[in-house]
Parts: sequence; structure tokens; C-alpha cells
Amino acid sequence: MATQTSTPVAAGETGAVVDRIRVSVPDRGLRHDLRAVGIVWRRELIRFRTDRLRAITSLVQPFLFLFILGTGLSNLAGGNLPHTASFDFKTFIYPGVLAMSVLFTAIFSAGSIVWDREFGFLREILVAPVSRAAIVVGKCLGGATIATFQGVIFLCLAWFAHVPYNPVLILGLIGMLLLLSFTLTAFGVMMAARIKQFQAFMALTQMLVLPLFFLSGALYPLTGLPAWLTVLTRLDPLTYVVGPMRHLVFSHLNVPPQVAALINTHLAPSITWGGWVVPLWLSLGIVAAMGLGMTGVAIAEFSKTE
Amino acid sequence: MTAQTGTEQTGAGPVARSLGDGSGPETVITVSGLVKRYGDIEAVRGIDFTVARGETFGFLGPNGAGKSTTIKILCTLANATAGSAAVAGHDAATERDAVRRNIGLVFQDTTLDTYLTAEQNLRFHAELYGVPKAAVMPRMRQVLDMVGLWDRKDSLVSTFSGGMQRRLEIARGLLHAPHVLFLDEPTVGLDPQTRSSIWTYINDLKLREDITIFLTTHYMDEAEHCDRIAIIDHGKIVAIDTPEALKASVGRDRVQIHTADDQRAIAELAAKFDIDAAIHEGAVTFSVDAGEQFVPRLFSELSIPIRSVSVSRPSLDDVFMSYTGTTIRDAEGGTGNDFMRNMAKLRTGRR
Repeated sequence: MATQTSTPVAAGETGAVVDRIRVSVPDRGLRHDLRAVGIVWRRELIRFRTDRLRAITSLVQPFLFLFILGTGLSNLAGGNLPHTASFDFKTFIYPGVLAMSVLFTAIFSAGSIVWDREFGFLREILVAPVSRAAIVVGKCLGGATIATFQGVIFLCLAWFAHVPYNPVLILGLIGMLLLLSFTLTAFGVMMAARIKQFQAFMALTQMLVLPLFFLSGALYPLTGLPAWLTVLTRLDPLTYVVGPMRHLVFSHLNVPPQVAALINTHLAPSITWGGWVVPLWLSLGIVAAMGLGMTGVAIAEFSKTE
Repeated sequence: MTAQTGTEQTGAGPVARSLGDGSGPETVITVSGLVKRYGDIEAVRGIDFTVARGETFGFLGPNGAGKSTTIKILCTLANATAGSAAVAGHDAATERDAVRRNIGLVFQDTTLDTYLTAEQNLRFHAELYGVPKAAVMPRMRQVLDMVGLWDRKDSLVSTFSGGMQRRLEIARGLLHAPHVLFLDEPTVGLDPQTRSSIWTYINDLKLREDITIFLTTHYMDEAEHCDRIAIIDHGKIVAIDTPEALKASVGRDRVQIHTADDQRAIAELAAKFDIDAAIHEGAVTFSVDAGEQFVPRLFSELSIPIRSVSVSRPSLDDVFMSYTGTTIRDAEGGTGNDFMRNMAKLRTGRR
């Protein structure tokens, strides 16, 4: 049968078996791969929709950070700033906590691959005649979508942190959240390709996620840090999203110009490499490149057979 | 799709299946010199066989005999260490996608997403296999009707019983109209009633679809549903033929007795009757030409009291025993293994 293509079994063409609906599976092509991406993506959404508890629980943590930690620390923080009355610590950590709101959802949605492997569904996916790339990309996009959705819910709380609902600001933030979520999911998928037990996956990602979060400058400004910490923060890919997000938020605040200037120098300094200011495009480019790189690794991992 | 056109073979069933419509080869699966090693363990040790189009071919053997490994290689999920396998005219190692398009799979363990509905599971499959959009709904209806689950299509799979899940998997395996359907232990872990209903569906399917079925089982009685059987033990095929021919090749009746002293009974059987007996499944077991006539002699001449006796006509069990020197249950190490399997089932079946 070298000839699925040359003699396609078209609908109703032969009558070897009565009343059987003739189906011919097409040769692999871009259209077919896109359908595969689409359905893997859609499954993530369906699963997320039916699992409300997960949506709620993963919002608890950022909520705590913003309102408990944010309120509690506002007495302490900002002491070296004039006009503190007009600047709330909650506003400062809001962009960082926003990044956090997508962090766990993105990585754990990738973790469902480990789950799928343990419960067999991954086999159903891996024996399908589609490219591994389609599966991995669909998974990454699915994770990115639901994580961004989480972020958007958290965006609704912007008012509590004195962040205005400015359309440009909101759209910019959503874009960056999407980028961040994609990269994080790709990271998770890459890990999930190797790790066979769900517990191990959870433990390992927890171990990696918190340092990533702490080093990103989500909770403190990246100025006046000791050299070792400065280096570590520059190595953390999250830094390159949190920084631009904070810039974007702070540039839309309703504060007097002189306060804005102070905020920008003290609280939202640009990311620098030994004095050289990393431009915005490069900052986001680094994150995108990492996301694509890890997607590539994940595709290679899933293309292996035992 | 009223498939009335070109009806030179209107008679569905075995004839239509084996004749084919000229679009495919008569040999659907060809395996030669297949070897699979995992580290030091040789799971498959050089097997050869072919499966003809329309055939139902069974791989029979105890757990760990190499059945699932062979299926994995045929389904492109594992690479052979040596040898080759071709399915539907495509090499399983080098033309993976072509093989995948032509096969349907039902695995030993559930591979459904139990958080989705039956329809969502099938739709996922249809999209992944690129089933033409217009054909998805009618074909879905057809396969779900075939396994009697159409009215449950909107239910979450997690609410399905084990038998229903297996039926749904069979429906899903057929959705993209594969030329070969692989069933890896299709009835394992199911109760006897459900097992027989699954077989009703499979036999029905043979009549309705132009399909070759390759299945593995370690249930002897299920092997009887096959057109041909390969008995596999320790990674090698020890016999391959139709169930009838295999049974005829054994030919003798099997006698099992429980005695007061089994060891002495075995010794005495050897001394007095020149019979080679051994203990299988906890009973002294041996083969004779005419069991019914032998039993009265046994009672009068054996000095050890006999507590019970059973005589059975040759079955596939005996075929297995005569080729491997052990019963399939002995080969699996008795109930312990069933327990492990049930545990595994529990783990995979529920979340």
C-alpha cells in the first residue's frame, strides 16, 4: 500500500462494506498540523473551564502578596522617598505580583503532560500522525492562554493598587503576560518531557519557580543591590519581563511629574548590563528567544522513541 | 455516504473482507527477525510472521512474553533493536506517519481523557488524525452506534464503567477508518460479562468494517475468536496456526487429579503407565489419548487415594502447555500477578 494518496478512498467510492462512512486520513501537511495545534490548545481551555477550583486557588497567592504583604510592608518601604503619601507600596509590587499570577498556572498547565503520561492519555497523542512540534506548540499556546486569562482576572484588581485602567497600559500588560506565560509553559513542557513522575515535577518546579520570582525584582527595586545579587537578577529571565511591566505601569500613574521622575530613578530603574541600558526590545526579545529555544528542546525530546 | 455504488461485493462479512477492493496488498503486517532489547533484557528474540488482510490475528502468551513490546514496535512507539516490521506497506521505523495514519489502537490501559466527554475525546482524535471535517460527525455517530454509546456522547468519561470506557476506546480507534486495528489486551481487567460483550462488538466490527485486527491476549478462551494465533513465550514464537489446527496438533486429553500424595502419584504414574506427569495449577496433570477410558484404570491400579479427577478435551490451554511446557497461569506466577494488575488498573482507572 504505497498508495493511500494515489487511490484515496473517497466517500462512497467503493462498496466493499455497506454503509460504512469512508474516511481517508490525509497526508501530513501544514493544515493538518494547524488543526492538531488547535485541538491541543482547545483541550487545555476545556480542562481549565471545567476546573474552577484551580482557577480560584491559583489566584489566592498573588492576592495575598498584594493585599497582605503589600499593605503590611508599605509602612516600611518608601521611607527614602519624598511624597510617600502619594505612593503606595502596593503600586510598587503590583507589576511583580501580576507576573506571579501567571507563573504557577503556566508551569502547572505544562505539568499536565506528566499527568497525561501517568494516566495514559499522552500515548493517544504520541501515536497520532502529526508532528511533535504541533503537539508541543499547541500545549505551550494552551498554557499561555489560560495563564494569561488568570493574569487578566488579576488585572481587574488594578484599581486597588492605584493603577489606572488605561487601554494602552492594559493591552501592553496583556501582551507581556502572554509572552511570559508562553515562555514559562515552554519551560514546563521541556521539564515535563524528561520527568516521569508528577510529584517529582511539582517538587522540581517549585524549587525553581520561587528563586526565579525572588530574583526577578518583583518585590524590590533593582537599584543599590550588592554585586552578587545584581548578577543573579540579570541572569533571571523573569527580570526581563517584570522590568518592562513595571516601567509600563509607572509611566501611566496619575502622579505629579516630579514624583514620577523620582519613582523612575529610584523604584523602576532600567535593566543594565555593567552600565549599559538594555533596551525594551532586547529585554522582551530575550524572553521570547528563551521561550522558543525551550520549545525547540521540548520538541526534540518528544520526538525520541524508546 | 450511501455506499451503494460499485457493489460487486455487497455481501459484508468474511468474504468481502478477505477479497478486498484491490487498493491494498494481501499482506498487511510483515515482521521479520524482530529483536528488542532493553538493556540486558531481551524482550523479543527474533520473531517472524505475516498477517493477511482481513484476518484476525492473535498474539497469545503470558505477561512479559513480549506481546506488548511487539505491538509497540508495530505501532511506531518503540524502535526495534534488530529486524524489521511493516504495517500496511509502510516500514514502522522509517515511515512512522504513514503507519500511524493506517492504524487504530486500543491500549491495555485506558488512554482516554476522563475529564472530557465521550464526544470531546472523539473530536480530539478526529482533529489529531485530520479526519475531514464533513466526515467527523457522521463517522462519530457510526462508531458510537457500533459500540452502543451514542446516547452517552455528552457524558463525562469519568462517569463511564470500565467496559464502557473500553468500548469508547474501540470506537475511537476506528474513528479515522484505519486498515489495521491493534487491540492490546482488549478485555483485561474486565468482568466476564463485560468481556463477552466486548467480543460481541469486536466480532460485529469484523463484519462491518474492512479491517485487519491484531490483538494480544493472555486469555485462552479469547484466542478462539482469532483466525490465526501465534503463541509467544519468552520473546519467541513457539507455534503459529489456526486455533483448530493447533488444537489438533495436541490431540490428547488432559487429566488432572488431586491425590493424597502427589509426588508418589507422579512416581507411580511413571512406573505403572509410563506417563510423564507434573504438577500444574496445584494438581497432578498429564495427557493421555482417551481420558474417559483411562480414568477407570487409574482408580483401580493407582495405590494412592484419589480425591478428585477432571478430564478435559484439548483446549488452547493445552496447546499452550504442550508448546511451552507450562500453563499460562503458571507462567504468570499465579494470583500475585493478577493482584498487581488489578492494582495498576485501579491506579489508571481512577483519578
